[in-house]
Amino acid sequence: MKFLEYQAKEVFAAAGIPTPRGKVATTPEAARAIASELGGKVVVKAQVPIGGRGKAGGVAVVSDADQAEKEAARILSMKIRDYPVPAVLVEGAADIKAEFYLGITVDRAKQAPVLIISSAGGMDIEEVAETHPDKVAKVWLDPLIGLWPFQVREACYRAKVPADLIKPMSDLIEKVYAVFKEQDAILVEINPLALLGNGELVALDGKMETDDNARFRHPDAKGVDEQAEHPLEQRAKELGLSYVKLDGEVGIVGNGAGLVMTTLDMIQRNGGKAANFLDIGGGAKAEVVRNGLSLILSDSNVKSILINVFGGITRCDEVAKGLLSVIQEMEVKVPIVVRLAGTRAKEGRELLAGSNLHTAESFQEAAKKAVELARA
Amino acid sequence: MSILINTETRVLVQGITGREGAFHTKQMLAYGTKVVAGVTPGKGGESVEGVPVYNTVREAVEKEGVNTSIVFVPPRAAADAVLEAIDAGIGLVVCITEWIPIHEMMRVTAYARAKGTRLIGPNCPGLISPGESLVGILPGVIFRPGPVGLVSRSGTLTYEVVNELSSRGIGQSTCVGIGGDPIIGTRFIDVLKLFEADPQTEAVIMIGEIGGSDEEEAAEYIKSMTKPVVGFISGRTAPPGKRMGHAGAIISGKTGTAESKIRALTDAGVPVADTISQIVDLVQERLKR
Repeated sequence: MKFLEYQAKEVFAAAGIPTPRGKVATTPEAARAIASELGGKVVVKAQVPIGGRGKAGGVAVVSDADQAEKEAARILSMKIRDYPVPAVLVEGAADIKAEFYLGITVDRAKQAPVLIISSAGGMDIEEVAETHPDKVAKVWLDPLIGLWPFQVREACYRAKVPADLIKPMSDLIEKVYAVFKEQDAILVEINPLALLGNGELVALDGKMETDDNARFRHPDAKGVDEQAEHPLEQRAKELGLSYVKLDGEVGIVGNGAGLVMTTLDMIQRNGGKAANFLDIGGGAKAEVVRNGLSLILSDSNVKSILINVFGGITRCDEVAKGLLSVIQEMEVKVPIVVRLAGTRAKEGRELLAGSNLHTAESFQEAAKKAVELARA
Repeated sequence: MSILINTETRVLVQGITGREGAFHTKQMLAYGTKVVAGVTPGKGGESVEGVPVYNTVREAVEKEGVNTSIVFVPPRAAADAVLEAIDAGIGLVVCITEWIPIHEMMRVTAYARAKGTRLIGPNCPGLISPGESLVGILPGVIFRPGPVGLVSRSGTLTYEVVNELSSRGIGQSTCVGIGGDPIIGTRFIDVLKLFEADPQTEAVIMIGEIGGSDEEEAAEYIKSMTKPVVGFISGRTAPPGKRMGHAGAIISGKTGTAESKIRALTDAGVPVADTISQIVDLVQERLKR
């Protein structure tokens, strides 16, 4: 689950990590009110679950409440890389002396959390990491022992954190790690972590992404469900289906993620485009197929459907029977190609022979047919 | 010969009294696997398909000489079940369970490494040495013994490949499903090393997908292998930023792309097939027969 900046900052603040004064607004009027309350220069920032909002014009520094309202209106009507802006965060502008980068994330290759800190924080951190890797200190943690002070020190020395900041920085690192652990996070990032004129370290930006597999431990967590961007994906979630909306014309149903991904690839190889990814899991149970098909048929782009099932333990003739009853019930108007392979595939195909479902024996044949039917 | 499991493998099923555990215990026994014990805490003394159930893994190990465990425990308790098996000294642990939290898996894989346990999975279908042993949920009926080793991140896609191999008379030494999660106990390179050292295996098929960098890491090792490897990557047309089913199948930023994997494999001399049929064609060419 991704967290918008203001949501991440709420979690940070509760953990004792200093964040700027500010509030979130969903209307220009509310933004104005917050700016008035804060007084002086404020920053109005788009709240979207992706990076690059600054470069897209989603961040504005303004000097009064009037301007805050104007900028909020502009930003709230923006789309940043297809994401509408649902809210803006209005914060008091900071007197920045220096910017650090501080983050902890899961390093998949090393199978461990990694603490990353740099004295060259800010918008260009990715460039810095590429061109000056020595300026970005990385310390990998052993999952069995977690974060210890010696590792915090190592990170600070390597990142050349000024001597007088080492204690407050270390304190902050411990707090960020606590958030990382407690929230089952896969990423906690503060960029920039600013050193202010008054000597304070403050999290000017906040990013957090948590592990969906651990949601059961955090029933009250307030984040953004990124997968549910499209209404069909939201419906799929409610039905418990593994579904991703794409923009092609051939609807896909398959059992097994690798098999479905390969089906998508095969459609493309045959000159078509997949309308979706849908994995119905092992077994191809009738109920699941029905829900999956109804989802795909709600997509107006769909001109044909390819159902690709490999029956291992599940018998293809059972799958065929289930399919026939579901499709009869549903009165499907779009041509459907069914490709069955594995246990009793021949029997399954024979059962489907009488119906108006197209069948295919090979993967290639099925993909070709589905693309042709979509064009017809 | 095969790798990891054979006729001597003595299997414990953790979560044996649950629906999945019981069903697959029956399948494994029917295949000829020596399933000698089950564990479901609190159900010690019962039996499933004639297999005695114990309360703890340690007791099962002591009483039945278990050397391998397969875990069918639900996600909230699965990490604990795997740790229990590692702690009891079981050499090979296969975790079928999906949806285990990442933080737990980082600790579990670290513990397995520390104790020298081979962990396969999680979120995997397990493995099979045709004619010898099945420790997993793969459909035994499509396999036959032979010279081709398979290692794959996916389930049904692998069965498609095996089905085609078998129908063309090409059998398999061992087929290992390493699973679809981002943090897994055994990666491509680990299995490739085992195949390289296995007398029965003459060629290897490696089935990868988008996400992570395991295929690239394996490609480096393949350069030093004597046995031919044929590759396949699924998800070539998947858009970045969208997770395709498996928790690990996501292209983030520049990493994890199909292009990067295909390039790395091709540079290592591994032909990467465009279709499932082509995988089998390429293997057929490379087998000394």
